[in-house]
Amino acid sequence: MKLEIRGLTKRFGSFTANDHIDLTIEPGEIHCLLGENGAGKSTLMNMLYGLLEPTEGEVLLDGEPVTFETPGDAMAAGIGMVHQHFMLVPVFTVAENVMLGREQTRGAGLLDRKAAADLVRELSGRYHLAVNPDALVEDLPVGVQQRVEILKALAGGAQVLILDEPTAVLTPQEIDELMGIMRELKEQGTSIIFITHKLREVKAIGDRISVIRRGKVVGTAKPTASEAELAELMVGRSVNLTVDKAHVTSGTTVLEARNITVVDPRGHQVVKDVSFEARAGEVLGIAGVQGNGQTELIKSLLGLVRPDAGEIWLDGKDISKHGPLQSLEDGIGYIPEDRSHDGYVGSFSVRENLVLDLFRNDEFSSGLALKLDAIAANARDRIAEFDIRTESADSPVSSLSGGNQQKVVVAREFSRPLKVLIASQPTRGVDVGSIEFIHKRIIEERDRGTAVIIVSTELDEIFALSDRIAVMYDGRIVGTVSPDIKREDIGLMMAGAHEPVSGGAA
Amino acid sequence: MTDTTVTRTPEVPVRERADVRRQVRLVVTLGLALALLLWFAVVIDDPTVSYVLGERVTREFQPQPFNGAIVSWAAVAVTGAALALAAVNRFPKGWLGGLLMVLVGLSFYLAFLVWAYADQTGSFSAAIANPIPGTIRVATPLVLGALAGCLCERAGVINIAIEGQFLAGAFFSSIFASVAYSSLVFIPVALCAPFGMLGGVLAGVLIAALLGLFALRYQVNQVVLGVVLTAFASGLTAFLLGQIPGDRKAELNDPEILQEIRIPGLADIPVLGEALFNQTILVYLMYASVALVTFLLFQTRWGLRVRAVGEHPKAADTVGIKVNRVRWQAVLLGGVFAGLGGAYYTVGSTGAFDRDVSAGTGFIALAAVIMGRWHPVGAAFAAVFFGFMLNLKTQLGFVDKLPTDLLGAAPYLATLIAVAGFVGRVRPPAADGVPYVKS
Amino acid sequence: MSEQTTAPKAEKEPEEQAPARARDLTSWLPTLVDSIAAVVLALVVGAVLIVFSTPRVIESLSYVFSYPLDFFEYALVAVWDGYRALFTGSMGSLGAWERTLERAAPLVCAGLGVSLAFRSGLFNIGAQGQMLLGALVAGYIGFSWDLPVGLHALVALAGALVAGGLWGAMAGVLKARTGAHEVITTIMLNYVGRFVMLYFLGKEALQRPDSDNLLSPPPADSARFPELGSLHIGVLLAVLAALAVWWLLERSTLGFEMRAVGANPDASRTAGMSVAKVYVLAMTLAGVLAGLAATMQVLGKGDSLTDQVAGTVGFDAITVALLGRATPLGTVLAGLLFGALSAGGLAMQGAAGVPPELAQVLQALIVLFVAAPALVRGIFRIRGKGEGSGVMATGWGA
Repeated sequence: MKLEIRGLTKRFGSFTANDHIDLTIEPGEIHCLLGENGAGKSTLMNMLYGLLEPTEGEVLLDGEPVTFETPGDAMAAGIGMVHQHFMLVPVFTVAENVMLGREQTRGAGLLDRKAAADLVRELSGRYHLAVNPDALVEDLPVGVQQRVEILKALAGGAQVLILDEPTAVLTPQEIDELMGIMRELKEQGTSIIFITHKLREVKAIGDRISVIRRGKVVGTAKPTASEAELAELMVGRSVNLTVDKAHVTSGTTVLEARNITVVDPRGHQVVKDVSFEARAGEVLGIAGVQGNGQTELIKSLLGLVRPDAGEIWLDGKDISKHGPLQSLEDGIGYIPEDRSHDGYVGSFSVRENLVLDLFRNDEFSSGLALKLDAIAANARDRIAEFDIRTESADSPVSSLSGGNQQKVVVAREFSRPLKVLIASQPTRGVDVGSIEFIHKRIIEERDRGTAVIIVSTELDEIFALSDRIAVMYDGRIVGTVSPDIKREDIGLMMAGAHEPVSGGAA
Repeated sequence: MTDTTVTRTPEVPVRERADVRRQVRLVVTLGLALALLLWFAVVIDDPTVSYVLGERVTREFQPQPFNGAIVSWAAVAVTGAALALAAVNRFPKGWLGGLLMVLVGLSFYLAFLVWAYADQTGSFSAAIANPIPGTIRVATPLVLGALAGCLCERAGVINIAIEGQFLAGAFFSSIFASVAYSSLVFIPVALCAPFGMLGGVLAGVLIAALLGLFALRYQVNQVVLGVVLTAFASGLTAFLLGQIPGDRKAELNDPEILQEIRIPGLADIPVLGEALFNQTILVYLMYASVALVTFLLFQTRWGLRVRAVGEHPKAADTVGIKVNRVRWQAVLLGGVFAGLGGAYYTVGSTGAFDRDVSAGTGFIALAAVIMGRWHPVGAAFAAVFFGFMLNLKTQLGFVDKLPTDLLGAAPYLATLIAVAGFVGRVRPPAADGVPYVKS
Repeated sequence: MSEQTTAPKAEKEPEEQAPARARDLTSWLPTLVDSIAAVVLALVVGAVLIVFSTPRVIESLSYVFSYPLDFFEYALVAVWDGYRALFTGSMGSLGAWERTLERAAPLVCAGLGVSLAFRSGLFNIGAQGQMLLGALVAGYIGFSWDLPVGLHALVALAGALVAGGLWGAMAGVLKARTGAHEVITTIMLNYVGRFVMLYFLGKEALQRPDSDNLLSPPPADSARFPELGSLHIGVLLAVLAALAVWWLLERSTLGFEMRAVGANPDASRTAGMSVAKVYVLAMTLAGVLAGLAATMQVLGKGDSLTDQVAGTVGFDAITVALLGRATPLGTVLAGLLFGALSAGGLAMQGAAGVPPELAQVLQALIVLFVAAPALVRGIFRIRGKGEGSGVMATGWGA
């Protein structure tokens, strides 16, 4: 099926998210849509899938203009979508998720779960997508959940499949497998729109590449184009893809985790017997696919979760029993992985958020009374120093862009003396300019002698920043290696293999 | 791409904090219970008490004396054994543990009854009566209200207005039944009270419609909304009640009440038969409703969609399900059950409507939803438990050892303890109370 | 499944943001214009109720087709009489103003308690129970202890604040320690509070000798609030309480923590605040303010203790707080409005025969309309910022 997009435009108030976009997707083609965070890729796809109504423009299928009021219309027309955040009901089985919306029934609205399970088996056999139809989705690893999403789209008869940032949650091996599936689908005649901001992937799989920047298609490229060319097209200027950092002479151990075990409220061991040390003036990267215990490990270091076993030592002091306030006073800085959830109070002003964990200091309060002048002065300084783009210090943080929200969090954490900095996904959902800035500040903090721990699911970020890399898999640190290790080897470790003999242990 | 299983790394042999907390909680609870039970057993002078299998003493059901000391000490033994298990951390988990707790609770209740009835100085012969008929009756509106709560919350709409639905349902079923009787045009006398139930259903659906309108159309905070709707229903029914002139009270607010219907055969089962199967049509409807809602939610296409919009509305939307339409349906259907529950307070029990006649039981039904983990069967059992607590005041009201007012507080205290003990550990539908707005 | 549902949306321009996951209870609170429009709309619905509760109007309906003017004339007269009585009874004379202020004072105090809890992310329905406990202690100290003038009132006042605070703290502790939702716990504590009151009223020590009802003696004169002119100083205390709550919320570190926890408890915990401490503190202070409200009834008006001593103040306080947008100034204004409604409602009953329950219906309607600004804007064709109501709700938050 041939899909054409002509002059598609979406405006939100005065803001134009998509500006007259033209694209053509040929039958059986893998068409890559490349653009950085906030460029307008998801808006475009949501219009294509009936989730958003276009302000202007039209969509043609095999030359016929179509309009989609709802996702149901889009599916009926043969468009399927695998969303970046999976659209699966966690407490349903695979079969229930696949059947939802087009349920097999035995008349009178009675569910026919067996027919649904049979369909899942049949499809998974045909496309080599192994899943157990009776498994609960929430018990499945992320990679398998993604297969369920693809099955769901195929069960709906999708001939054009949209994959929105599908690789963000996968190990390198799983990414290879996904690419295999994409090739298989392509051979069976399905067109694929592959949305990503990762240059390596578009080069590996794309037939054609369209680049989107600030809501406009700014160019098309062949997969043979160099990464630097693509990056420049995507960002609009030449990009320095590496972080400049001096070589490190690692200092003394500052933070030490000894045999940490954490059990989550559902009774699963999510962190198992983890030990590591963070040294002054060194960046320790913790790599791993999302959901392998990194979140809980970090929360236990900060005292947000009390570990069920193990000890945490800071500068020769046992801080295992410290709560978040004491960890703060111990000099641990924290950039949380989900900033809107843990990092800032959305309805609070930029000024208030900049002192969210500092307002107790004598600088900003005396006794019970807040020192409003000092808080305002602090806001002026930080906004200037960190180039936070905001209308005023009074604006609520929720009105800022993702990159600037993150800068508020970073600015606050860097405005007090730190012994340890823990940054989880410090650049998730952040534009390239802010990424460069935040990376630079993190390295400066390291050079000042702070022990830095970076948790990231993005291998590029891990390699760019780390002096040592610990890899987590299923709650354990399966190995600690130096950043000279080959990408494939670290990928194997992220999938559970132990430290490779060839890799330089650190 | 063949394997769907992941290789799991081995577990670490560690005792979880949650497990420690569980043991502490068990030891403390059971220890307190044991201390009370010992006290009950020791302070009794004359352990002879009498019981009766019926709900009250009648010619058919005569009091039977027995030695209560056996019960007291058996309860001590059961609870002591449970405490010993907990102390060495061998208290069973899962359904076996639940069963043991029920057993402890039951023996505590019996020993408590023996203590309360022993050494009575009252002039009339106090016999321990069968609590089950009263419990079932009082639990009927709670179960129906809890079903309404389950339906709404499974669809992702918090319903705190069950109390309001009760009040509206109670008021209008009284009006409907009274008017049907006094006009006597179309409806035979025996059907007047059931006709009143229809009025209750309509009123329950009406409040549900307001809930839907403000929660789904205008996305009002659903907790605020529920409280306000309850205040609205309470004020409106009181206002309307005040509008009924004294001389027309018989015409408008003095309904026929539902009569018991004995189901032959089933009602002859000893102890339970009379209690379960000699009840009004409302009680039988309640039994059927639990089965119906369970079936609807878990076996039908509609139910799958209801649960989907309550857990992950966006996922439902992306497969073409109209989220708010499904939510509307669930809320309105919930109104049917809540309205039926309200009918209990007038045509199902005492007749005339009085101001705030449901006395906060709508909120207890809400607690039953949570304690029953949003499952209709679980919620029904929780509601029966609360019904039992509500019935205690009736059962023990004339025992002079206990202050009536504190007994009256028992169901509310039980709700407090149950919610405090359970809600932190249960998982509501993920999108419960979150309006769905297309981005 | 936190990965899917909590990870930030990658593509997020400010203008296209979906309304943030609302944990912020106060985000739905309305603007002043919406509040006024809601009051007007509620009065319109109230007018309809007045019309249909006036016998003469109903009678005229039976011949509305032959003499339609009768119906409209009687209806207009009924509404005019009713609302005129409402106005003159609440603001028409000095005495009316005094009645309004005396009724507003407890509403403001209890409303401040609800507001304070609200800003801390807690929905306190428990003002009624907290008031009952406060009234019980204030009343008991008031009539049974023998203390000098002034000191007696102070001790009774302190007792009420402590009792109310403790009753409120219970819900806070339950929430902080077990996650039990405060809506359910405070409602249950209201009922338990009522039975506690009944239990003690049944004791000989609290029984008024010359009465067969469950009724205590009135407080001794030495325990009564002193009067300024013909108003007791409770009115002044309510104003002071509003100022104190304002300072606490807007100018103090504690208030900063309370507002932060109310808006985003996870970020607050991460920033080193103790969410549990804030919950307990907020509910305690809410209870203290409800206890203060109770003293207005007992030590101010001099009521005897019954299980009805708190009237419906504890429930009306919720409406007051919601209408006042959970700010101290708003709560004072809303309290004045409802005080006027209450004082005028009595006059309305006397002069125009309108049942007093109308006031409760009006209050519920006002809050409903205030909570759904889109509805009111649609009716009055007010152009607001954005068509969507921007109103979000929270889940169980367990």
